[in-house]
Amino acid sequence: MSDAQTQIPVTVLTGYLGAGKTTLLNRILSENHGKRYAVIVNEFGEIGIDNDLIVESDEEIYEMNNGCVCCTVRGDLIRVVEGLMRRPGRFDAIVVETTGLADPVPVAQTFFMDDDVRTKTKLDAVVALVDAKHLPLRLKDSKEAEDQIAFADVVVLNKTDLVTPEELEKVEATVRAINPAAKIHRTQRSGVALEEVLDRGAFDLSRALENDPHFLEAHDLDHDHDHDHDHHHDHDGHDHHHHHASDIHDVTVKSVSLRGGEMDPKKFFPWIEKVTQMEGPNILRLKGIIALRGDEDRYVLQGVHMILEGDHQRAWKDGEKHESRLVFIGRDLDAERLRKSFEACQAA
Amino acid sequence: MPTVAPLDLEGHCVAAVFLDDVPHFALADGAVHRLDNGQKTVQANDGLLAAFHDAANGRLITGGEDGKVFAVKAGGAVSELASAGRKWVTSVTAGPQGAIAYASGKTAFVRFADGKIKEFAHPRSVEGLAFSPKGIRFGVARYNGATLHFPAAEGKPVELEWAGAHTGITFSPDGAFLVTTMQENALHGWKLADGKHMRMSGYPSKVKSLSWSVKGKWLASSGAPAAIVWPFASKDGPMGKAPLELGTRGNTMVTCVACHPSQDVVAIGYEDGMVIAARFADAKEVLLRRPGKGAITAMMWDKEERRIVFGSAAGDCGVIDITA
Repeated sequence: MSDAQTQIPVTVLTGYLGAGKTTLLNRILSENHGKRYAVIVNEFGEIGIDNDLIVESDEEIYEMNNGCVCCTVRGDLIRVVEGLMRRPGRFDAIVVETTGLADPVPVAQTFFMDDDVRTKTKLDAVVALVDAKHLPLRLKDSKEAEDQIAFADVVVLNKTDLVTPEELEKVEATVRAINPAAKIHRTQRSGVALEEVLDRGAFDLSRALENDPHFLEAHDLDHDHDHDHDHHHDHDGHDHHHHHASDIHDVTVKSVSLRGGEMDPKKFFPWIEKVTQMEGPNILRLKGIIALRGDEDRYVLQGVHMILEGDHQRAWKDGEKHESRLVFIGRDLDAERLRKSFEACQAA
Repeated sequence: MPTVAPLDLEGHCVAAVFLDDVPHFALADGAVHRLDNGQKTVQANDGLLAAFHDAANGRLITGGEDGKVFAVKAGGAVSELASAGRKWVTSVTAGPQGAIAYASGKTAFVRFADGKIKEFAHPRSVEGLAFSPKGIRFGVARYNGATLHFPAAEGKPVELEWAGAHTGITFSPDGAFLVTTMQENALHGWKLADGKHMRMSGYPSKVKSLSWSVKGKWLASSGAPAAIVWPFASKDGPMGKAPLELGTRGNTMVTCVACHPSQDVVAIGYEDGMVIAARFADAKEVLLRRPGKGAITAMMWDKEERRIVFGSAAGDCGVIDITA
C-alpha cells in the first residue's frame, strides 16, 4: 500500500549531548535548499531551534507484545507522525532529533513495524554525530554511544579541531571498527555538506549500498575511503573480515563481513531467515548484495534486528563480478559459524 | 434510496458530528465547518489532533498541536477551556456535569465545570482517555494497561495491567466493562467487577474506531475487512463467543463504525470511502454511499435516526439521508 512517491523521508539524528546535533539541525533548517522540515525533538535544548514546525514529544519505547524482546517501537513517534501526516502539505521531510542517550533501534524500527507510519513515511538514514574529543570517554561509560555508531548509515565525526591528527586517526579507526559500513565525514562545527546527510536512501533497497563505497568496493572494506588522507587499519587483505571487539578497548560491537560467489537461492533464503530469527536480538544492522544463481538481477538485503527486507535491485552489469557480500553489525556474533554457513549456501 | 449531500473540504476530517442537529466537520487544520443554511466555518485549534462529542452539553471538545482545548458549540461559538503548554494535546474526552479531560505528554488533566483543573501525572505517556458513564471514574490508556482515577475524590487509582501499548479506551454504557485499543492488532477488555481479562484479537490491522450499540449489548470495531461486532450482553462479555462479521468486503478495510442510536444496526465506513449500514440480526446490508476519495474517518447518527454525518481522510465529507 505504500507509495514511494508520496512517502515523506525521515532523517534520524543521534549522538551524545554536545556532539553537535542541534548545530547540524539548525544548518538543515536554515540553509537554502527549498525544503521545509518538520522537526521532532525530545526536549527543547538550550540552543534554540529556528523552525515553524517543531514537535516536542516524550521518548516512549514500547515493546511489542509478541514475545520478541528486540521488537520495540517509539510510541510517541507513531502518534506524532500520524498527527503530522494528517496535514502533509506543511513539510517535505521530517527530522527526528533523539536524546543523547537514545537507543536508535526503536526509532528505526517504528518506520518498519508500524503499518500506518510505514505507509506514509520512509526512513531515509540514521546519522550519528560523534564528538571526536570525547568519544573514547563516551565509549567507556555507555553502551548507547557505541550503539548509535553501530546503527548509523552516516557518521559525522565532529569537533576534529579539538584533537591531534593522531587522536583523530585513532577515533576514526574506532568508529570504523564498530561500523565498517557507515560513511564517515570529518567535520568541525557540524560542517558536513547537507547532501551527505539528507536524502541518502540508506534504507531504500533500490538505492541502499549504491552510494556506499565501502560496501561496493570489490576488495576489502577498510581501505576505501572518501577522504584524501591516509587511513590506518588493523586488518588487510583478508577475504573475510571480522573486526573484533578486542581490537579496541571499550568496544563490544563487532562486524562480520562475508564474501562469496553465487548463492543457491534454495539454500540462501532459508539460511538468512534462520540467522535473523535466531541471531536477531544480536544483530543491529545487516546489509548485503547477493548474487543468486540463475538470476539476472542483483538481490539486495537490509535488516534491523529480526526485520529483514530484500528485493531485486537491478541487472548485473556486463563484466560486473557476480559476487555476494553481506555485513552483519552486532554483538556476540559467531563470525566463524556465520562464515561457514554462508559459504555453504553457495551454488555448487 | 438513501441520498448523500456532499461537502467537499480540504484536508483530513477528524470529527463529524451533529451539534443541535447541524452537521459539523472538524478538520486537522483546526477549522470547524458546519452546514447551517450554507457552509460556515469557525477556527478552533491551530492544528486539531483529537475531538470528542460531548452529547450532554451539545458541544465538540477539541485538542490540538497548539496545546489548547476548545469547546465548539452549535452556531459557531468557540471557547478555550484550557491550555496545557508547549506539548500537543493528544486526547480529549468529556464526562458528566460539564467535566472534561485532556492529555498532554505524561499528564492527564480533568477540568471541572467551574474551571478548576486537576492533574494526574503518569510514569508513561497518556494515550487515551474516557469517563465512566456515571462519571465517578475516568480511565487512562497507557503502556502495559489502564489506570482508573477518581477525579472528584482523593485516593489511590486502580491499575489494570496487560502487557503491551494501549492507545484508546472506552467504558461500556453500563460501566461494567472497560475496553482498550492496542498498538498491536487487538482489543483488550476488563470486566471491572472482578478484573477478568478479555482478549479480542485476530484483526489484520490496528483498531481505530469503536462504537457501542444501544444499551451496550454489542461493541462494533474497525480494523478488518468487515465490522467486527463483539457480544457484550451477557455478564462475562464476549468471552468464548465469536463476534459478528458484518459488511465483509474483499478489497478494502473498515475504518470507521457508528452504531444506530436505538436499533441493532451499524453504519460501516471503509478505506475507499464507501458507507453501508448492516443489521446485526440477519447481516442484511444497505449501501449508503459509494466509494469516494479517502478513508472514512468519522460518522455520527442524528437524534431522529434519519441522517448520518460523515468525514473522510481526503476531505470529501457529507450527510447521508437514509429516508429520502
